[in-house]
Amino acid sequence: MPDSLPLSRRHLITGSAALAAAAALPMPAWARGADMHAARKGFGTLAGEDIRLHIGRSAFEIGGRAGHAVAVNGTIPGPLLRLREGQRVRLHVTNALDEDSSVHWHGLLVPFQSDGVPGVSFPGIRPGETFTYELPIRQAGTYWWHSHSGLQEQMGHYGPLIIDPAQPEERVYDREFVLLLSEFTPLHPHEIMRKLKISEGYFNYNRQTATTGDMPLAERIAWGRMRMDPRDISDVTGSAYTFLVNGHAPEDGLEFLFQPGERVRLRIINGSAMPFFNFRIPGVPLTVIQADGQDVRDLEVDELQIGTAETYDLLVRPGAGAHTIVAEAVDRSGMGVATLTSAAGQRAAVPPLREPVTLTMADMGMGPMDGAGGGAMNHDAHGAGHAAPMDHASMGHASMDHGSMDHAMRDMAKLPPDANGVAVDMVAPMPLDRTGFPGLGLDTVSHRVLRYTDLVARRPNAVRAPERHLEIHLTGNMERYMWSFDGQKFSAVTDDPIRFGHDERVRVTLVNDTMMAHPIHLHGHFFELVNGADEAHQPLKHTLIVQPGSKATFDLTANEPGDWAFHCHLLYHMHAGMMQVVTVRPFPEEDA
Amino acid sequence: MRGLLFATAALIAAPAAAQDHSAHRVHSQPAAEQDDAAQAGQEDESAHRGHSSLPQSAEVEDAPAHGESAESATGHGDPHSTNDDAMDHGSMDHGSMDRADHPAMDHDSMEHSSSEHADHRAMDRAEHEHMDHPPIDHRATGYGAPAAAPSASGPPPRAFEGPRHAADTIFGTAAMTRSRAGNAVMDRMSFGTLMLDRLEARVGEGADRYLWDAQGWYGGDEDKLWLKSEGEGAFGGGLESAEVQALLSHAIGPFFDLQAGARYDLEPDGRAHAVLGVQGLAPYLFEVDAAAFLSDEGDFTGRIEAEYDQRITQRLILQPRAELSLAAQDIPERCIGVGLSSVEAGLRLRYEIAREFAPYLGVGYEARLGDTADHARAVGEDPDSLSLLLGLRAWF
Repeated sequence: MPDSLPLSRRHLITGSAALAAAAALPMPAWARGADMHAARKGFGTLAGEDIRLHIGRSAFEIGGRAGHAVAVNGTIPGPLLRLREGQRVRLHVTNALDEDSSVHWHGLLVPFQSDGVPGVSFPGIRPGETFTYELPIRQAGTYWWHSHSGLQEQMGHYGPLIIDPAQPEERVYDREFVLLLSEFTPLHPHEIMRKLKISEGYFNYNRQTATTGDMPLAERIAWGRMRMDPRDISDVTGSAYTFLVNGHAPEDGLEFLFQPGERVRLRIINGSAMPFFNFRIPGVPLTVIQADGQDVRDLEVDELQIGTAETYDLLVRPGAGAHTIVAEAVDRSGMGVATLTSAAGQRAAVPPLREPVTLTMADMGMGPMDGAGGGAMNHDAHGAGHAAPMDHASMGHASMDHGSMDHAMRDMAKLPPDANGVAVDMVAPMPLDRTGFPGLGLDTVSHRVLRYTDLVARRPNAVRAPERHLEIHLTGNMERYMWSFDGQKFSAVTDDPIRFGHDERVRVTLVNDTMMAHPIHLHGHFFELVNGADEAHQPLKHTLIVQPGSKATFDLTANEPGDWAFHCHLLYHMHAGMMQVVTVRPFPEEDA
Repeated sequence: MRGLLFATAALIAAPAAAQDHSAHRVHSQPAAEQDDAAQAGQEDESAHRGHSSLPQSAEVEDAPAHGESAESATGHGDPHSTNDDAMDHGSMDHGSMDRADHPAMDHDSMEHSSSEHADHRAMDRAEHEHMDHPPIDHRATGYGAPAAAPSASGPPPRAFEGPRHAADTIFGTAAMTRSRAGNAVMDRMSFGTLMLDRLEARVGEGADRYLWDAQGWYGGDEDKLWLKSEGEGAFGGGLESAEVQALLSHAIGPFFDLQAGARYDLEPDGRAHAVLGVQGLAPYLFEVDAAAFLSDEGDFTGRIEAEYDQRITQRLILQPRAELSLAAQDIPERCIGVGLSSVEAGLRLRYEIAREFAPYLGVGYEARLGDTADHARAVGEDPDSLSLLLGLRAWF
């Protein structure tokens, strides 16, 4: 059952109109009777000014795994919302669960009260209630939506959201497909969290053993001394997850049909709870045209890493025949697979999973060690000076002897004084800007890969000097599975938000004091990634991967008053405390 | 006495290792100035602080108002060295930016504006920020030069204006308070587990024996209720030793918990103990559990256990394990002599059918030492023994 969305633009309009009409019925089929019907794989499209979403319990079975799920409008993922820049939309969301729910419009510039984060932007949607979000659509691009309540997102409560530009599309293409990457697990997400709290390596079956891994013994001992696992890439892996493309497991044979010679736009959304994916279509060059829904200058690559909650738009011109779309989990524990083909039913070879990757001392923030660490250094970025301020004062740590290592690896003086020592198992001794690092596993491949430092905004942003510099540490304790900003879990700082003045221009540096990559998401804003591009062309993003043991910097103009969530988009990290509230004040009317 | 020293040393050493360096961060805050800081919340006091020009001194603002991550590198201490006019902005890194000076205080620009909505803590802070950082035209500070970084001061005063919680103005405080309460506990969930570390049969020279060693806990990241039980006996010969412990466990560092509570021995005789110990993950990934016991008879003993998981494959794991028992005095009724009374060493090879379910095979060596060994010999027992182990490791 190919779920290809043959959305030539003509089809799109008629197709979505029909679905919108269906959605307007007072009691849609999936909302009637027992809720526990199996959710369908894949999504339909909803458009218009009034859109109804219904959040309900369901069952889901895929890839030989079956379990409970939360489905929106009866499908996983939930429906594709197709909007147009300049329209207004009312989204009527009914919660048929027996617990609170919510929908957050990821990447959308919205009034704060419509941002959908319970306890921050609104009270949440109580069981049985319908909440209406009113959104003026001020932008175009590829986005997505998901629950911001508990761990519901893990259970299927997410879907794509595409906004067509008010002006005719600048890019020329004949066809487009939305590819929403995610995962399904039969385990209840609370059970996943419990297992992580008891035994953080529970899901990892790619660890180094006496018989595998080529790390020299001395280095293994050094990792052991630090009580860290160099194969700890993803907390939850293919041992619990079936990786999905548009709700389909690899064995479902999902295919996207095109005509030979067509230019095809792929809208890639990482709507997963945890995994990063390395995305490629062997033999088909990928031209990146948007990142996080924002136009960037065309950039041709062969593979790219997409962090949780990021989106990339790609143009491809595949040759006639079949091509395998590969979304390989970054820890190499599995992959999402689909086929891009000009002949229905035709298949290309599915490449095998590549060897698991192993962290290096660079991922521990120990500076440019040899080996893969060196690959992390992007000298272009450094050449820009402010992009990667080297901390020469701490350079000495690079030469530290092992006797002093423990101290150097956890110098709490680098964190604010009220950081909770229990919550911090490591403080990167020498974090470098690694925005030039393409992502774990992609630094060693021979083909072209995407690096943040290659992203250049297609249209100039207003150039404004930052008025303030803010540094925020990403901290964690792997063993206890505690995650936090500046050594304090969200629950410890609910009265102490990160405050910005309205229209304040702030340069924010995120220092990753952990050995995991964190996709950090700020609600309600786009920030400009300080990546070495000239200041007018720094790419706009809503979610930023901060590589392990490194720092990354963005410029933010805090021009959206209100309260906004700011968090790691790894669902279990957020739920374990890696979240904060950002306030932007005052409201303009109070300004007067 | 030897034993006592030994046990005490072990107990002290372990928590010290566990603590790592959490104390080190203290050096960024001279203690004397922390006292000042305690009063800095008062307006007058804080206004005066603006005048006190103690060159190079690191003033510490009031702790409660802290929390803006702005000062991350130096924390809230945000030392304002007052005479760095000659600072070379071109060569500054962000770390040193924290120490960037703030030009002469302009008291006229201090405003103690108050907003009804802003909470007190925020107000204190707003005033501090404003006072400490008089308006600077940041664009004039050489900002065009790419290497110059903006100063790392706190948020501007306007960031503290308006409602404390934006959503309350739309949805009402009652509804928002309820949902905020949910966020406040989101990362404070409690979990629990029951772990059967060793449930095994021991086949050796004498009668076949059995042993269990189980523990379970319930609680959050830092505080847990911990239960432990272990016991041993001969098949057909009844229970020889059995104990249960109930401990409160509190994190004292990233990797270690301090545990205190009670132990009750069901066998060989009913005896209660006070327990103080540490448990956690030591460098090189050794799981360590060390505890001291003071019995209701006044006997002082200690026990140190360590184990290590060596993965052979992803599911086949070889676990060396060692246990030392110590006594500060003779306990004749239990045939225990002063000092290091026994050692146990085991090597278990388990196969994790699931992470939670792993049968194992192993060998174990037990030896009673010193006076304890003499006690054993006196009653005709072999002070040491070697056994083949067959068991199950499981958790739920």
